Amino acid sequence: MAAKPRVAIFDFTGCEGCELNQLNFENQLLDMLGHVDIVEWREAMDDRPGEYDIAFVEGSLSTPDCIKRINEIRRRAKVLVAVGACAVQGGINSMKNTRPIEEVREEVYGKDKYLFPTLPALPLSSVVKVDVNVRGCPMTQIEFLKVFTALVMGKQPVEPTSAVCVECKLKENECVYERGMICLGPVTRGGCDAQCPSVGQYCTGCRGLVPEPNLKAMEDILVTHGLSVNEAWKRLHLYNSHELEGLKS
Amino acid sequence: MTMNLDINVEHLTRVEGHGNIVVNMRDGRLEKAQLEIVEAPRYFEAMLKGRSFHEAAIITSRICGICSLGHQMTSMKATEQALGLTVSEQTVLLRKLLIHGATIQSNVLHAYFLAAPDFLKVGSVFPLVASHPEVVLRALRMKRLANDVGEIVGGRAVHPITPVPGGFTRIPTAEELGELRRRLTEELKPDLIATVETMQALAGEIPDFTRETEFISLRSDDDYALYDGDICSSDTGCVPDSMYRELTNEYIVPHSTSKHCRHNRSSYFVGALARWNNNHDRLCGLAREAAAAMGLEPGCCNPYMNTIAQVVEAAHCAMDGIAIIDELLERGLQPEAPNQEPNRFGTGVGATEVPRGILYHEYTYDRQGRLTAANCIIPTGQNLANIDDDMKKLVPEILGQTQEEIVGNLEMLVRAYDPCISCSVHMLDVDFIE
Repeated sequence: MAAKPRVAIFDFTGCEGCELNQLNFENQLLDMLGHVDIVEWREAMDDRPGEYDIAFVEGSLSTPDCIKRINEIRRRAKVLVAVGACAVQGGINSMKNTRPIEEVREEVYGKDKYLFPTLPALPLSSVVKVDVNVRGCPMTQIEFLKVFTALVMGKQPVEPTSAVCVECKLKENECVYERGMICLGPVTRGGCDAQCPSVGQYCTGCRGLVPEPNLKAMEDILVTHGLSVNEAWKRLHLYNSHELEGLKS
Repeated sequence: MTMNLDINVEHLTRVEGHGNIVVNMRDGRLEKAQLEIVEAPRYFEAMLKGRSFHEAAIITSRICGICSLGHQMTSMKATEQALGLTVSEQTVLLRKLLIHGATIQSNVLHAYFLAAPDFLKVGSVFPLVASHPEVVLRALRMKRLANDVGEIVGGRAVHPITPVPGGFTRIPTAEELGELRRRLTEELKPDLIATVETMQALAGEIPDFTRETEFISLRSDDDYALYDGDICSSDTGCVPDSMYRELTNEYIVPHSTSKHCRHNRSSYFVGALARWNNNHDRLCGLAREAAAAMGLEPGCCNPYMNTIAQVVEAAHCAMDGIAIIDELLERGLQPEAPNQEPNRFGTGVGATEVPRGILYHEYTYDRQGRLTAANCIIPTGQNLANIDDDMKKLVPEILGQTQEEIVGNLEMLVRAYDPCISCSVHMLDVDFIE
């Protein structure tokens, strides 16, 4: 049998909730560790070695130092996996990109803003080639397990393309629109088994947009259900500012 | 004895977020001893400006995954006060149960996965899988159960889904809570007792270091304050949570992307040890027995004992969690929808105890229920000055050790605070100007 894949775990700008979700595989963690060698994980261990087969990377890129580090990680990793909304599509961090960066810096740090360099918050794929995405905020655990299993077996994982609505209908959930709420399920990429609508909360769009989303129709639905046009777009921007800004230009 | 020291631990491991320890000593004179916070700023104010009250907790909980429930609770309390949303007693009980689950999970994660490797002189928890499998399996069992509290009551352990301003989008069933109660009693309680024994065996590895400081936490007449209470200082007594700015006094330092805080002295301590010192009389019997067994006494000024105080708290949270489930089941669960009809638009403050200490959120809403001002003050930010002061006292005391030992002691000190650096950097304190 071939040597076990060497796995490294990294974090950039984000909340580290995705990494925590990896430590939260309590029932599977020891089995998973049996199939790989974890060679680098700052949040959980001291060691810092050389090269690895699979790098799981959380967080978005938002300082000059981040850009340097992600290039280094890409160089040392055979497969690079973006984990979670911040890494995959910029996530909540990218909301700041919709405002002038100098204005944002001044608001938080005032005259001391020059102490802390910053850039627009970018998904990993804006700077390096990403091989696989694990989406969600926090990253969807069932999807992470599928990707992990596929990579350990040397297979290319398949990324879901259908909307959250499809999975929600398959679970025969009552549509949250019927309960007087709004929902971004129609344009949000599935793979989470409609986790939020299944417990009565609306889909906030954390897994990113489906390929070729019909955003005009989405806007119409949100406005029909009581949001202003402005508010509708704000809700869509929550996790997807980077992609929506890109579609605009 | 070492007269010159040049320590720079870049990206300290086994903590949440990115920080460096920097110590310089020249000819026996300490020039610098500080924790540099280099986490990339995230500018949460740019995300919150003009956002609906439905989104405030969703956004601020993304300040930190590890503390997501704490941010969510604090955010919802601030929003509810600002908008005049009242919540039911059932909602308060379910929230307290969720906080217990999150506290157990966070404290167990820190004690076993982040701090224990220091006591056992290994680089991570992974070597312990082979050398101490029963301990690792126990830690995983406890974490799983604590996370299941989050999943059953909150829909998900990291970034819970069902808690919203005004209540819950889904109420757990009596069967789910009954099963949770059984597991807390039959599985978690014995594991906690075993944890106390493990920590007792390791207590000899805890450095003997003390520094008197101010301890700040919530305090309540009703219970061991985690969800609600007055702000209480070991130096100056209790005040209502609306006065939080007078106890925090944030200021900017060049070596940290997180602001520092001070109150009655140059620094103060928040977290499990502060709660223990201020509220040990409110703990349940099992927790007090655990404290006695592990040598934790009231008025403890050894920051390394914070980890021990976390284990004591985990015991309290498990026992109180059982009592809360009993109360919920006795009252009978009501299928109520969240109260989301504001009856005013103004400013509200929320203060809760999260695993790493006292957390404050303050929001102001306009008449459309959109955020016009927001302020969050994070436990780790409040502890940073205290950590620096500890290092300044500690380094001269341990100069007889090798540089490697000194570095180890400093790393262990910072880890004892269980710092959450992502949180501390993603604070905000802004009035949005239209």
